[in-house]
Formats: sequence, C-alpha cells, structure tokens
Amino acid sequence: MSIEITGVNKSFGDFVALDNVNLSLPTGQLTALLGPSGGGKSTLPRIIAGLDNADTGSVSIEGVEATHLPPQKRNVGFVFQHYAVFKHMSVAKNVAFGLEIRKKPKAEVKARVAELLELVHLSQFADRLPSQLSGGQRQRLALARALAVEPSVLLLDEPFGALDAKVRKELRDWLRRLHDEVHVTTVFVTHDQEEALEVADEIVVINQGRVEQVGTPDELYDAPASDFVMSFLGEATTLGGQLIRPHDIELSVTPLVVGGVEGVVSRVLRVGFEVRVTVLTDAGEEVVVVVTRTAARHLGVQEGRHVWLSPAAGAVTLPSAGLPAGTALHAV
Amino acid sequence: MVRTPALLRWTLRLVVIAYLLLLVAWPVSLVVRNTFADGFDALSTAFADAHVVHALELTAVVALVSVLINVVFGVTVSLLLVRHEFPGRRLLSVLIDLPMSVSPVVVGLALLLVYNPRGGWFGEGLASSGVQVIFSTPGMIMATVFVALPLVIREVVPTLQEVGDEQEWAARSLGASGFQTFTRITLPSIKWAVIYGVVLSLARSLGEYGAVKVVSGNIVGRTQTATLVVEERYQNFDQATAYATAFLLASAAVACIVVVAFLRPKHSVS
Repeated sequence: MSIEITGVNKSFGDFVALDNVNLSLPTGQLTALLGPSGGGKSTLPRIIAGLDNADTGSVSIEGVEATHLPPQKRNVGFVFQHYAVFKHMSVAKNVAFGLEIRKKPKAEVKARVAELLELVHLSQFADRLPSQLSGGQRQRLALARALAVEPSVLLLDEPFGALDAKVRKELRDWLRRLHDEVHVTTVFVTHDQEEALEVADEIVVINQGRVEQVGTPDELYDAPASDFVMSFLGEATTLGGQLIRPHDIELSVTPLVVGGVEGVVSRVLRVGFEVRVTVLTDAGEEVVVVVTRTAARHLGVQEGRHVWLSPAAGAVTLPSAGLPAGTALHAV
Repeated sequence: MVRTPALLRWTLRLVVIAYLLLLVAWPVSLVVRNTFADGFDALSTAFADAHVVHALELTAVVALVSVLINVVFGVTVSLLLVRHEFPGRRLLSVLIDLPMSVSPVVVGLALLLVYNPRGGWFGEGLASSGVQVIFSTPGMIMATVFVALPLVIREVVPTLQEVGDEQEWAARSLGASGFQTFTRITLPSIKWAVIYGVVLSLARSLGEYGAVKVVSGNIVGRTQTATLVVEERYQNFDQATAYATAFLLASAAVACIVVVAFLRPKHSVS
C-alpha cells in the first residue's frame, strides 16, 4: 500500500472537515476523491502532503510513518487548483526547482527538465515566464514541476477546477494518458462526478467529512452503498419510495406490468437525443424518466397524458431513506 | 466612460496644479534657489564646516542602521502577521501603526523616560554597565527606528497577502526547507515592496527631527544630525549653511525615489 490513512480527524472551528477517515491507497493507482464542494475532501490531500496537520490519526506513505514529517521530507508532489507556479521564474526554472534544491548535477537537471517539458508539451515555452502561459499550460507546468522530483505520491487538489470546460476535458484525457505512462500513485480531488468516472481507477466518495464508499467507477455506479452515492454519481429519482436512475424506468401508455405506477405527464423537456419526462404519480410522487427521442415520439408522450411506470429489468434501486418523496436529485 | 465637460476638466487640473505648486514645488524650489544664490559658495562653505560634515555623516549612519533594523524587523513581523494565526495578532497590528499617530517629540520623551541614565527605568542599569543610550548614537537610532517602524510593514503586508501562501507550500512540497522557501520564493515575490519600504523609511529616517532632537541633546559636533543643523544654523543667522544642508537632505530623498522609479520594471508582478 502506498498511502495508509488511519483514524484521521480534522476540524476547523465548528466545521468537521474529516471525520474518522480510514483509507488505504495502493501503489501506482489513480484515485479520485469525489464529493460535493465544501465537503472536506480537499483537506485529505493537504494532510497527506503535510500542508495541514490532522487533529488525530496517522498517515504513512510507502510504509514510512509520516504524520509528523514536514512537507519537504515526505517526497509528495502537490498540484494546486490555482497552479501556484513560481511567478518570478521561467518555465524551465520552475521545473528545475525541486532538483536544484536536491543539489543534483547541472547536466542531470537540464536533461530531466527537457524530458519533463517534452512530456507536458511545453518544450517551446521553456524560457517564458508563467504570466505568458494560458491556464491549461500553467497547470501542465505545475504537474511537470511536481513530477520532476519523482515523488512517491502525486496529489492534485481540484487540478482542473479553474479551467474552462473544453480545456478541462482535454487535460482530463491527458492526465489519464500521462498516468498510464508514468505510473506514479496519484490522488486527485474533484467535485465533478464525470471527471472521476472517466479518469480514475478507483473513486473514494467523501461527504461531510466521511468516506461514503470506495470502489471502481463501475462498482460505485452499479452498486451504490448509500442513497448519497447513488444520487451523487449520476442522476437519481424516486419511484414508489425507491431511488432509481431515470433511464432505468420503463414508461408505457397502457398498464402493461402488474404493479406499474400510474401517473400523469406534467412536463416534457427535450435535451439533445433524450427526452426528460416528469410524471406526477397518483401517490403524489414526482418522477423523472429519461427516454430516447424515438421512444418518446413512438409513445406519443405529451403533457397531460396518462402513463404507467415500472423499473426496468436489472435496474439498481435503493430504498430512499433520507430523501423526501418526490425529490429528483441531480448530480452537481 | 462618461466624458467630463471640458471646463470642469480644466478647472480641476488648475486647482490640482496650483495646490501642488503653492504647497510643494514653490517652497522647495525656493530652498534650491537660496542654496545657489551665490553659486556654489553656500555648499562649499557647508562642506568646509567640520560640524556640518559630522552632522551629515551622523545622519547617514543613523539612517542606514535604522533602515537595516526596520527591514529585518519589518519583514519578520509582516510574515508573522500574514502567515501565522496567534492570539493578540490584531493588537500587534494596531501597535505597529502607533508610531504613525504619535508625535515624534512624544516618542523622544518616552525613550528619555526609559533610558535616561539618571532616573530612567533601564537607563541607570545600562549606564552603570557603560552603555550610554541617551545623548548618543544608540538612542538616536532607537528614536529613528521607532518613527519609521510601520513603513516597511505597511508595504510588505498587502503584497504578502496578495501573493498568497500556495507558492510557498509548493516549494515546501518540492523539498525546500523553511529558509530556502523564504530566500527563493517569498523574498523574490515581495522584493519590490521591500525596496519601496526601504526608500520610504530611508527618506523618513533622513528627515527625522523631533524625536532625535529630544534624545540626542543636540550637542554640536557630537550628536547633532543634519536636520538639527538646519534648525540651529537658521536660528543663528547662518542661513546659507541652513539652506545648503536642507538642499542636501531634499536631494537625498529625491534621489532615492528617482532611483526606484528607474529600477522598477514596467510590468512587475508586485
């Protein structure tokens, strides 16, 4: 195991950022810490890196007890949301920083910097100042700088949070490919479930300072351990008191199945290739159903129409414990 | 942008120009004119006067040492105020502004009360161990440090806040020690704020009068600084020397500001 976190608690005044967190992250894996904004998930990498101290509990990195080590002794690379590149140094100097601190021979530093700039596609900008780079380029620079010292763990705190949607997507794919090349144990924080599902080998869902579930993207999506995980990863709605994904509901205009829930279509919204149908059931539940445009047209779904709803075969459902009936949850 | 009417624009300009002219430019230019009324006579007379030369040297020493102390202390306190949480931080921040609001004469008297060799709180003990603070250079440096204390801090604190601590943390995570982080990351990013602080405190220290007058005793040829020379000569009808010394003080301050204006890069970050 590369990182072992045992019984970590951290509060800032009244705010509980981490509540008895136990986690072990295997070597060489790309892990996402996923949770809503303000849920305390950014505190965890800061504690792993030594930028914050845990109130109680311990952290060990590569088998070394690190709870009380200063950040410079942990051999951890950290990438900040707002890049934190050294503004007064050139791109090459930024990347060389960690190596120069370690007093590596000049030739070695030069070779390594060239290699890393190549890796992050910034070779032609080596002599520029960070202020002359775009946001995405700065974040790649920050990554190269962190990788230069060959850290045993790479931590990224909402690395793409400050970038626009298109650059985000590019960098996300690029991070995945980079990880496949470099294989350094990587932990990145995100509040974007799509980002986590797409990039990570393993996802740790954190809510209100507690670990809700740990698993591969498929496991989390197919077998959510709690209604929070179900509604946070992808969309969820309630049907007959059960949490269910809107695309797992079958909609028909005749009472086909026994136990089908009857209701009236209250709203039809077309979004690209899919149609989102809001149905008010006779029991007073508001259910969101997603069907394809073709299906919607074939069935003749329109406002005021009587329909019957039933879970599709093999659909994942969870009893919706804490959620008031009729609440449609959307992923942030 | 809304265009101001031409008449109003010109009136405003005239008011500002007249104000600066009457208050600053004209009086200062009169000092220059009086200094050079007889060519370089006034200046050469002043430089031939051993007491004036001693006063100028003493002023330089007191100002330089005070600036040095204020820079070291100022940067340290700024880091403490911005980067650390501790009880009494706000109180410290208020205390640092105190020298700005208290009259320098009061500062001088306060130092006198503490360090006076006859009856001062520390003064007697220090005097018996052979250290004389009042009526000598250490006391004058203390008074000057006191009055110029907030200048470096007030320049550095906002810059430190603006720069933030993420670059410092990044350096730490890359293996830099606290000291390496300070010299390689923190100091370069607050460089210009420190330089401005130095210039302001240098100008302030060169021109200090009230506090220094009280603690120095104004002993001619021993503890008399340039500002004290100006006042003493002017009172004793040696106006030429008074103007020449005043001119030298003003030139030193202007030179500082000009040098910085030229040194500072046009698109610097801080």
